[in-house]
Amino acid sequence: MIALIDYGAGNLTSVRKGFAAVGAELYTPATPRDLEAARGIVVPGVGNFAATSALQGPWTEAIQSAIARGVPLLGICLGLQWLFEGSDEAPDVNGLGAFSGKCARLPQKDGLKVPHVGWNSLHVPHASRLLDGVAEHAQVYFTHSYAAPTNRETAATCEHGAVFAAAIESGNIFGVQFHPEKSSEPGLRILRNFVQLARG
Amino acid sequence: MLSKRLIACLDVRSGCVVKGVNFEGLRNAGDPAALARRYNQEGIDEVVVLDVTATLEGRRAFEDTIRAVSAELFIPLTVGGGIRTEADAAAAIEAGADKVGVNSAALADPTLLTRLSARYGSQAVVVAIDARVVDRRFQVFSRSGSTPTARDAVEWALEAEASGAGEILLTSIDRDGTRSGFDCALTAAVSTAVSIPVIASGGAGTFDHFTEVFNQGRADAALAASVFHYSEHAVTELKRHLKDRGIPVRC
Repeated sequence: MIALIDYGAGNLTSVRKGFAAVGAELYTPATPRDLEAARGIVVPGVGNFAATSALQGPWTEAIQSAIARGVPLLGICLGLQWLFEGSDEAPDVNGLGAFSGKCARLPQKDGLKVPHVGWNSLHVPHASRLLDGVAEHAQVYFTHSYAAPTNRETAATCEHGAVFAAAIESGNIFGVQFHPEKSSEPGLRILRNFVQLARG
Repeated sequence: MLSKRLIACLDVRSGCVVKGVNFEGLRNAGDPAALARRYNQEGIDEVVVLDVTATLEGRRAFEDTIRAVSAELFIPLTVGGGIRTEADAAAAIEAGADKVGVNSAALADPTLLTRLSARYGSQAVVVAIDARVVDRRFQVFSRSGSTPTARDAVEWALEAEASGAGEILLTSIDRDGTRSGFDCALTAAVSTAVSIPVIASGGAGTFDHFTEVFNQGRADAALAASVFHYSEHAVTELKRHLKDRGIPVRC
């Protein structure tokens, strides 16, 4: 049972459909207590970082408790950004702080547009459980204006005006800035990898 | 490097893909879900489904069609045509659309873009702009190209961006269905004015038209229908053509 947290930040139909395609039906917990049964947690999200304020309090506590039990967690897009300490997009809203650093707006330079929308290639510097089987330079679909900093927990980087964390991985906490559910074969591979991690 | 996107457009009427010239004279080109499957296999980057007659005939985009197309795809899907209210957008999104295209309704009330982006994020809101050259300016038309408005395409693009649109689907009515090439002047005028991506549409006939619209037209993506519909492997061959000319594409 993998939980998909619906905190009102966008449409979850495609995320559900992507997981269904790799054989996992997600459930939507109605209350933080419903996370007790989860063997995996997906934190999706699009839009402004301020939307993650809905996760503060009981949801954050339940998620931290699940992480402490070893339950794998996958943040997607805004869900990845929320795993960091915060974002310049909404300075008053704290992230989970599982990864150090804050998200910042991508620089608008060299004629590049922000938001960063479309297919861009991944650089995978070292072996990753989440990205197992995803080729170096595989292209995935992004749509975002803010991005997370790279550090030693970065599983993949991407570049658009600046190098940023496209995927992160530390223990049982994972995140992707792109949309695996919209990224064709490499994306489905990542969802399948996460489902296998959740099934232990 | 960010790839230039190739987007296949399925103009749908009564559950079938149709294609017209200058927005008129529609003819049948097949089953939407079957075409979506083929394009996906060929490596198309995105699919747009437009209910081309929805605004005129007062119908919503067919949710069954959206559902059937969405079931075939793990790439972004945009739905447009007849989306006038938040409820219309919600119905399209619940049926499987990742983005909704809004045209006439946004012209009548730009706050629709604001409300949709507040609810779904600006990445889900595409403003569709139909323009043609009138007296040496780019005039915006509404209601499937049938009704002239007082707006200029560049000014409207900037206003739509400020109102919450996350992308612009820019169609040249003059070029639509003519296979005579994209309107690169129109595309470049809009694309250099805004910071959101611009999808060029209308006029694709040859592979070199795509090269032109990415280079001279400064397009972030290019949309076509018949170029892809009537020729097998066109997507694969077009991508190779563009790659050979130094244009970044997803292969």
